[in-house]
Amino acid sequence: MALNRRHFFKVLGVTGATLAIGKEIKAAPGKETSIEFSGVLYDSTRCAGCQTCESSCAEANGLPAPVGTIEAGVVRKTDESHRTVVNSFNSTKGEAFMKKQCMHCNEPACTAACLTQAMYKTKEGPVIWRGNKCMGCRYCMVSCPFDVPKFEYHSANPKIEKCNMCYSRLTEGKVPACVENCPAEALVFGKRRDLIKEARKRIVENPDKYVDHIYGEHEAGGTGFLSIAAVPFDELGLNTTLQSKSYPELSKGFLYSVPTIFVLWPAILLGIREATKNNQSNEEENE
Amino acid sequence: MSNTNFAVAKDNDGKSVWKFLSGELKPRGKFLTPFNIISIPVIALGLIIIIIRFWKGLGAVTNLTQEVPWGLWIGFDVVTGVAFAGGAYVLTFMVYILNMQKYHSIVRITVLNGFLAYVFYAGALLLDLGRPWNVINPIIGNSFGTSSVLFLVAWHFLLYMVAQLIEFSPAVAEWLGAKRARKILSGMTIAAVIFGITLSTLHQSGLGALYLMAKDKIHPLWYSEFIPVLFFVSSIFAGLSMVIFEGSISNKVFSSQISEKNHKAHNSIVIGLSKICAVAMFAYFFLQVLIFVHGKRWDLLNTPMGYWYLLEMFGFVLLPMMLFFYSYRRNNIMLIKVAAILTMLGVILNRLNVTVIGFRWDAAIRYVPTWMELAVTLTVIFTEIWIFRWVINRMPVLRESPSWVNDKD
Repeated sequence: MALNRRHFFKVLGVTGATLAIGKEIKAAPGKETSIEFSGVLYDSTRCAGCQTCESSCAEANGLPAPVGTIEAGVVRKTDESHRTVVNSFNSTKGEAFMKKQCMHCNEPACTAACLTQAMYKTKEGPVIWRGNKCMGCRYCMVSCPFDVPKFEYHSANPKIEKCNMCYSRLTEGKVPACVENCPAEALVFGKRRDLIKEARKRIVENPDKYVDHIYGEHEAGGTGFLSIAAVPFDELGLNTTLQSKSYPELSKGFLYSVPTIFVLWPAILLGIREATKNNQSNEEENE
Repeated sequence: MSNTNFAVAKDNDGKSVWKFLSGELKPRGKFLTPFNIISIPVIALGLIIIIIRFWKGLGAVTNLTQEVPWGLWIGFDVVTGVAFAGGAYVLTFMVYILNMQKYHSIVRITVLNGFLAYVFYAGALLLDLGRPWNVINPIIGNSFGTSSVLFLVAWHFLLYMVAQLIEFSPAVAEWLGAKRARKILSGMTIAAVIFGITLSTLHQSGLGALYLMAKDKIHPLWYSEFIPVLFFVSSIFAGLSMVIFEGSISNKVFSSQISEKNHKAHNSIVIGLSKICAVAMFAYFFLQVLIFVHGKRWDLLNTPMGYWYLLEMFGFVLLPMMLFFYSYRRNNIMLIKVAAILTMLGVILNRLNVTVIGFRWDAAIRYVPTWMELAVTLTVIFTEIWIFRWVINRMPVLRESPSWVNDKD
């Protein structure tokens, strides 16, 4: 018989080991969603496009000062040395501004993608990047629906650059640099739940001033960075076709099938092997 | 140490093991073959580019952008290369699980090919890593990103390489004349095969699952929640087409090593494989049609990307499928080889369409690989062929096992 004792234990050991791995894979993202996250509310109608947030961000994070001034209709992008930019758009209600930076998703695609937990959703809400863990595979960039993480392509020791909601400032009890320095009070820092309440209040009290949409309330499963504006958000360069499910949800089904296959496959394969083995010996006898 | 050395040396008819190894390391045969003349300068150039890449950063040699962070090195070297290495798990399934002994003579060369493909294409992954010194983080330590598909794929690559090494190890033992080691290693074959097939199922589909979260970035004709299933099914005929293609070359190049019996059997093997390819491609095409119809994608067809999609589906799936069916009925070996090449082109096309061509198809600046990225890709392929040839010329891969081997694994 092919399935002698030694083989059996070997297969058993292999199955056991894979089961253990399978279990770990099953520990899916989203365990911390119930904790109160912090976030930032951006009010496009209050923003004057002064770029103070850009320069204070650069200063707080030791990055080069922002280049270029805002020009209506010209879309500037965040890159490996600029974590946030403000752009101006010719909207149906005249010139309107929109700030871009990491959205700090509730269930971020980048952290679900990261195989070393270098991209990390802290329990306070900010999504941070930890250089000592990152191996530079850039799967976070492939996965992020907002194209936020940026990679230093021209460095032998490249970093991933993205807004981290000034996480080190938060741990010191301060607010993010952009929020602190905004002269127009277009940015508010607070608990995400309170920010949504505040945004709703503003929309309800001034129905003519705002569109009835808080960008980030449902997009990509909800984000820590929320925006309200006078015009629909697709006029402000934001993607309004994003799914309202979180992005890690897309690969959850596949990941959940892994333990099942790991248990069933070896058993089925062994079974088929035994079945075909008998066939062969019968054939030989018949011959 | 000295004990095992002694045992090995004794097995080798008293020849010192180190003398034996150093003798085996020397090149054999003609040196100035056409392949060598082409591959040596390319490999030299590739090595220079790799040095520049680690010195100046990825941007110095690649055209990767912030929007398209994965290019040719991932899309072709890793994703396509691993699909072509799928022949190893399909053949071990046929021979060790389904007991189709007819295919036994090509198992070793296929497993060797698969093993080297994984070593080199997973090695190509290292070139693409920005911070490769942290590559051990997902393997050891406390940085397990267990919710990541890439974590699963990385582990599976590693474990599958071990499984394939065990599957191939009896050949190494026969080469070294290590009789006792061979007995132990060939006893582990079945466990390695079963483990290997399970791993392959998951990481062939896992390579597709990597792109599930890039839902808004991949052209809708190539994105669906079934990418993992499509990648798995297509790896079956990708791998077998590679086996047919590689076999037709090996049969010529290493003709002297193949026994009369296996030479004769080869045609019947190729015909058998073409039938399996045809059936797998039929299933794949059917799945694609289902996904297309179910996704209501008719309006996308009359666009440039739509024509491109139709070319892939009809020219490189349906056409080779019909060729496989036809030539299987007519025993036409030549046509089977044509079909295998068409199929391989189709798999390359499909993988690149998902990972590079259809990825950010709407971006203002399209990613086009630099000549340096191409040169490094060729370097990886050529180096693999060098090692492949070195092993075949020394170990009993194509030729019969030495006479002291009495149980065929």
